[in-house]
Amino acid sequence: MEQSDRGNPYRYDMAGLQHKALEIRRDIITMLVEAKSGHTGGPMGFADVATCLFFHELAYKPAEPKWPDRDMWFFSMGHVTPIHYSCLGEAGFYPLRDLMKFRKFDGQLQGHPSCLDTPGVEVSSGSLGQGLSIAFGTAYGSRMDGHPRRVYALCSDGEHQEGSTWEAIMAAGHYKLDNLCTIVDYNNIQIDGYVEDTMGIAPFAEKYRSFRWNAIEVDGHDLPAILDALRQARACKGKPTVILARTIMGYPISFMRNLYEWHGKPPTPEQGEKALAELGTTYAEWSSRLLSN
Amino acid sequence: MPEMKKTREGFGRALAELGRTNPDVVVLVGDLTDSTMVSFFAKEFPDRFIQMGVAEQNMMTAAAGLSLIGKIPFLSTYGAFAACRCLDQIRVTVCYSNLNVKIGGAHGGISVGPDGATHQAMEEFSIMRSLPNMKLIVPCDFHEARKATLAAADVWGPVYIRFGRENVPVVTDPDTPFEFGKGLVLREGGDIALVACGVMVYEALQAAETLAGRGIDARVINLHTLKPIDKVLLTRAAEECGAIVTAEEHQIYGGLGGAVAEVVVRHCPVPMEFVAVDDRFGQSGTPDELMTAFGLRAKDIVAAADKVLKRKPERVF
Repeated sequence: MEQSDRGNPYRYDMAGLQHKALEIRRDIITMLVEAKSGHTGGPMGFADVATCLFFHELAYKPAEPKWPDRDMWFFSMGHVTPIHYSCLGEAGFYPLRDLMKFRKFDGQLQGHPSCLDTPGVEVSSGSLGQGLSIAFGTAYGSRMDGHPRRVYALCSDGEHQEGSTWEAIMAAGHYKLDNLCTIVDYNNIQIDGYVEDTMGIAPFAEKYRSFRWNAIEVDGHDLPAILDALRQARACKGKPTVILARTIMGYPISFMRNLYEWHGKPPTPEQGEKALAELGTTYAEWSSRLLSN
Repeated sequence: MPEMKKTREGFGRALAELGRTNPDVVVLVGDLTDSTMVSFFAKEFPDRFIQMGVAEQNMMTAAAGLSLIGKIPFLSTYGAFAACRCLDQIRVTVCYSNLNVKIGGAHGGISVGPDGATHQAMEEFSIMRSLPNMKLIVPCDFHEARKATLAAADVWGPVYIRFGRENVPVVTDPDTPFEFGKGLVLREGGDIALVACGVMVYEALQAAETLAGRGIDARVINLHTLKPIDKVLLTRAAEECGAIVTAEEHQIYGGLGGAVAEVVVRHCPVPMEFVAVDDRFGQSGTPDELMTAFGLRAKDIVAAADKVLKRKPERVF
């Protein structure tokens, strides 16, 4: 079976991806205002990469989340649920109105991803440093079966301070798992401040390379460059690939960009309105779009 | 003296059997191929055997990843690492997601011997019992370890199986029934119930002999499955015997004794005593020396029985 037989159900062109990324950012702000809790900066910053994955790269069937031939992706950085849930909703795994019940008692979208509650979530996560190991296991097993699936671990940069992440990096390099791709949301921000001030991880690409990985650095807001990196990752044989996506936390909102205070808090209704204005909509307009879908 | 065999060998033999009958079974090991006895499987099925190196956390979550595409991963390391070092991975990835991961925790108990406290896992029961979706089996001998391992492959979801290091008395035979989640009465009696797991089942049988010599009929229950626990069997034992002693090669808090007490207190409160490691770390020594020094012998069960029988109320008809 070839990748093309499996394929992404949307395969948007550049204009389509740009538009979807904008819609997803509107979803994120709207659902966070409604939830009154959650993480804003990371999801906004990762929106371009995630859009490329869900609307161009990944093979899946939204109506059949457990489709046996799907690609598999693991949000190891569990806390970026707003981007994860928005992508799944926009992709058709569940109605968009569910986004308005994010983090609520009667909703199916837990604060951190729970696979028993939410279609499209493969594994529950939220404790950092585990997703890459899971991806390793799935990639190893898929290769064992001769299955063409690709496996993606979506990790934060700060998460690379967890030792278990490096256990997985070591193992994937050792076993030459070229069906495995890690994408790092490399925004240099974690809860307590800049990653390089908190616990430096540079030189990042060199570290991966010394663990026998192919490493690609890319501007995480440049859609053609992201797609190209994903292509390169697919083409690379004999090694796993890491894509270090340089992102700006909170992008593109003027009052959020690069401010670590926006790691773990939601916008107030006023801030949300301001952010949505920058994204060309209003809370009233976008929340009613979500609720009617 | 009964035949002596290792429970970890029962695990290893069963994995090789599973390899032959179930193509989905894969085995992961953390640099302990021979000592956890997964070598039988490794030799026969090298393509389904994954060496993970000294990296137990990655091994646990990698097993989770394998389970997602239909594999039945058994992973194997010492209980001290399986239950303690990987606890976060077990809690969040394996249990919260309810994944089909089977954990073989070898070298459980004080009888690990000369390696000392770090390698004598004695906290796994309480840890595993507290995790939603986790199942826990503690086989008493070689045959039961084999059957428990075969059964674990058929039970959906996370299962932890505890093995020991040493040769231990064989108290069951290949035909003794093994039903996951159901305790087994090995000896009938109505004066007191001795509920044990692991190697303490043998000690309980010895204690029952001693008690019989004094005219006390002890019922001996092999409670190989600690979770889910056999409430029916335990409640009946409490009702019919009126006093219970538990015996386990594990810390006294939160293990078999606690699990039995939780059932008994709710359904039929009777006096209980607990034979277990008394809230202390182990140490080096021979397994024999340690089992005696830590109060895990038949005589300790007899002493506990004497104590609890004094508190047993007169039966009112």
